[in-house]
Formats: sequence, C-alpha cells, structure tokens
Amino acid sequence: MSQNSVVESQVNLNVKFFASLREQVGTAELHLRAANLETLLNELEAHLSEAGFEHLLSPNIRMAVNQDLVEGNWREAVLVFADGDEVAFLPPVTGG
Amino acid sequence: MGQQIHIQQHDFSVDEIYTAMRHQYGSEVGAIASFVGLVRDHNMVAGDGGDVQTLTLEHYPGMTEKSIQKILDQAEARWPLLAIHVVHRVGTLAPSEQIVLVIVASAHRDAAFAGAQYVMDCLKTEAVFWKNEQSDLGQGWVESTDADKVRAKRWDV
Repeated sequence: MSQNSVVESQVNLNVKFFASLREQVGTAELHLRAANLETLLNELEAHLSEAGFEHLLSPNIRMAVNQDLVEGNWREAVLVFADGDEVAFLPPVTGG
Repeated sequence: MGQQIHIQQHDFSVDEIYTAMRHQYGSEVGAIASFVGLVRDHNMVAGDGGDVQTLTLEHYPGMTEKSIQKILDQAEARWPLLAIHVVHRVGTLAPSEQIVLVIVASAHRDAAFAGAQYVMDCLKTEAVFWKNEQSDLGQGWVESTDADKVRAKRWDV
C-alpha cells in the first residue's frame, strides 16, 4: 500500500476550563496548537501542573468541541481539530 | 411552540412574564403552570451547618442555552405544550433571591404541570450551570444530588 496517509496539521485551539476544574488547573483559558486529541492531551500535560492534568482526566469531566458534548468517553474518541475550534472541559453541571 | 430562554444577571418578574404569555398565546391556552426556584440559606456543600451567604452561578454562554433548548425540545416532544419560557439567573445571589423560572402554557393542566416538572428536573442534572456556595465556613461547588438524578431518571420511559 502506498503511504498516502493524510498529514494532520497543527491548528489553533481555544481551550476553556470551567468552575471547579478552572480552579484546579489554575486557568480559565489556554491557546494551544494541536492537530488531534492525542496531541492536545500532550500539550495540556505540558502546560498544566501534574495535579491539574490529573483532574482534567478524572472520570466526571466531560469535553465539548464547539459547544457540543463529545458523546461517550472522550478520552478514547478520535478527534481531529479545525483551526479555531473551541474545546471545553466541564465538571459536573447543575442548574435550577 | 413558543420557546424562550433567558440567561441573565438581573431579577425577573413572574407577573410580567405570566401576563405576556397569557396575551401572546391567547384563548388556546387553558392552563399555565409556573415554578420559581429560590436560593436557600441551607449549606449543601459542607453539611457543616454553616449558613449560606451567597450563591454564585456560572455558565458557558452559548452552550448553556443549547443545553436548555434540548430540554425544551424533549418536553415539547412529550406533551402538547403551547409555550415554555425559562429564565435562569447567573452571577452572585443572596438567600431568598429568585434563581429560576419555568413557565409552561398548554390547553390542559396535565401537560402544563408535567412539562414544567420535567423541565425543572432536567435543569438540575443537564443544564450547563455551576453553583458555588459561599458560607461563613468557606466556599464549595454544589453538585446535583442523587435525589436529583433519580428524579430526572424517572422520566426515561
């Protein structure tokens, strides 16, 4: 087989953290460059404290891309980003 | 169906919204059910008996509206509703202030009651808000309770 796999390019991402997670990671927003979820996680690991990154990966944190929740376990999702995508990490929500 | 979702810092008048709904949807409407949620001074986080001084609500502009929209669409699919308006406050609130209004118009009371209750139950577990409670003993993030989850779950038939 020829090796014509698509090369995913790094794009600019707006990464947001809310509520308790924002406090745990110590920032509300990061501007990072990544091509896909795997490279984004590498970037996040590099930019956040060890404890902050651990909080991000904890089971109750959900992920949204452009304000749509990633269904199922986002940690195992295959996500390729487009330039300017907004990625958000959300701790458990409650309204009312 | 008429849907309105307002996320705002300022207070709301149930009277004004109710009156507007009565006039807007006319004589088809046979029932309007409304629910108002208020800030309690009860400490949910620490359970330490500290009195709540303020409750701060945070949201994710855009996504919060979308999460409520989804709940209203689900309510509309289940009951013959003519209108649902939701007003949800954000920012810092004191005990006994109004937080949320759900007001539902229908031809008959069963749908109006059920629709309002469904929307409230889903707001507790699905709507994209976060609540931080500040008491004389510190601050903490409020999560939906197991009872809230059971209430929301019972609608899954």
